[in-house]
Amino acid sequence: MDLMSCLECNESIKMASRTILKESQIMKIHYITGIAAIFVVALHIMMRLVVPFEQSLEYDYIIANYKNIIYVLILESILVLISVHGFNGIRIILLELRQSRAWENMVTVVTISAMIGLISYGTRTIILANGL
Amino acid sequence: MNNTAIDNKNEQKITLKVYRENRGQDSGSHHDTFEVPYKKWTTVLDALLYVKSYMDPSVAIRYSCRMASCGSCGMKINGVPKLACYTKISELETSTIECEPLPNFPIIRDLVTDFSRFFNHHKRMEPYIQTNDSTEADTSKGTFSFNQSPEDVDKYLQFSYCIKCGLCYSACPTVGTDLNFPGPQALAQQYRYFADTRDESKKRLDIVDDRHGIWRCHFAGSCSKVCPKGVDPALGIQLLRSYMLGISKNNKVPAKKIEVNGNNNNNNGTDTE
Amino acid sequence: MKEIERPTRNNLEGIGGWLNPLRYGWERISYWFQRLTGVFLLIYFIGHVYETSTIVNGQNAWESFLELTQTVWGHLFLIMVIGASTFHSANGIRLIFTHAGIGLGTPGRPDYPYNPASLNYRQKSGIWIALILAAAAMFYGFNVLFGV
Repeated sequence: MDLMSCLECNESIKMASRTILKESQIMKIHYITGIAAIFVVALHIMMRLVVPFEQSLEYDYIIANYKNIIYVLILESILVLISVHGFNGIRIILLELRQSRAWENMVTVVTISAMIGLISYGTRTIILANGL
Repeated sequence: MNNTAIDNKNEQKITLKVYRENRGQDSGSHHDTFEVPYKKWTTVLDALLYVKSYMDPSVAIRYSCRMASCGSCGMKINGVPKLACYTKISELETSTIECEPLPNFPIIRDLVTDFSRFFNHHKRMEPYIQTNDSTEADTSKGTFSFNQSPEDVDKYLQFSYCIKCGLCYSACPTVGTDLNFPGPQALAQQYRYFADTRDESKKRLDIVDDRHGIWRCHFAGSCSKVCPKGVDPALGIQLLRSYMLGISKNNKVPAKKIEVNGNNNNNNGTDTE
Repeated sequence: MKEIERPTRNNLEGIGGWLNPLRYGWERISYWFQRLTGVFLLIYFIGHVYETSTIVNGQNAWESFLELTQTVWGHLFLIMVIGASTFHSANGIRLIFTHAGIGLGTPGRPDYPYNPASLNYRQKSGIWIALILAAAAMFYGFNVLFGV
């Protein structure tokens, strides 16, 4: 392949990857959600460990936690941060596995949908448990 | 077969297992085994050339300088990409040496692979000095030299030692699945020009800011592990990434151009260092 | 218009290359672990969000789901999750520093035996610290879950 076909190749690669966010912006989000998730997950685990483990799994204890607005905010932030970080990670792995415009678009749609779906489902749990 | 090439009572023999395939003839692949004599300093390339000379001349290999300078003889030796001329049989410490074509490069025949994709990724990086001063190319007005200090040179020198052998490209896990990933060599060269004070291109970071670009490097470090020239492409890639993340600030001062007239006299008395 | 030749996947290592981490040193092993633990933790997280959602169906639903998870295998699985999350977090912090160019050394003039500056003791000790923290967390988790 000569240089001209190399430039055409470059164009086809660029066309396949036209996105709303630049990859550098997506990766900054990936790093920030990862670091933030460490803090909130650590808080979540510590709150499970301030009482004996069996008690931490009792129905009444958990419902009481869901009524605590700070705990609710921690749970919601875990949900959002881990969903974004995790599904972006899967997106990266899937993009590396195959390269074509159809596959990459499908990966983007599926991972964003899964992200939104999981966050919605978890938020539903939090809202309903808070109202119980 | 007249084995007068090596006449040494202390010679030992090693089993060389060589991958054989001819993609042009679509005949499938197999390994051929050869018993080859060797001494303490015999390299894998020496052994393969012995096979070609005395046993099977049809074995296809690529080589040139025989001294780890040209990068032609890269192949997978006992599962790890290495230069055949730079790998001594005595260092491998196995009784059988398996020689296979470099992974992640299309096989042409036996140990010879196609470097087109590798070179195309390199070309995409625009691997040449770009300046804003178009008069530089006009030699009728005299020639210019760039004023670079040793500190300026040290910022990119090790990355300029790349011999494009392809070992890093073979070792990289991302290259193994992603055809659009430029590979460690191309990305390290992008840093090499980015760090060079003679280069004034503003596009270098944008070229690699892509979903198949620099962000698909995960610092597995295999590229630097196998590099025979100490280029350390992983270092170049992470340093380039630090600029893209905004951690390192690009305060590169472009190298001054010093006019040198046609009579070999330096107008500015450039004994500056 | 000139047709662009479809690039060939001839001789690509593929996923086999990802799955064999033993050829290139500790940094490749940590890459392999980071991917494995990441995928594992995502799967666990999806299961955990579903598991915790049973609480909205009342106490009986919650307790019957607990019978599934509060078993020996459930606890062992949770210990794996503890180890995976500790390694992934600690190694992830190391990777964020390296991606920012921190802890890698500076370019210089390489000389024989051409040991790469980036694969230095900071990276190896970072990986080892992540592994040790993961083992310690798993040990602590084992003590809590099995009441030892």
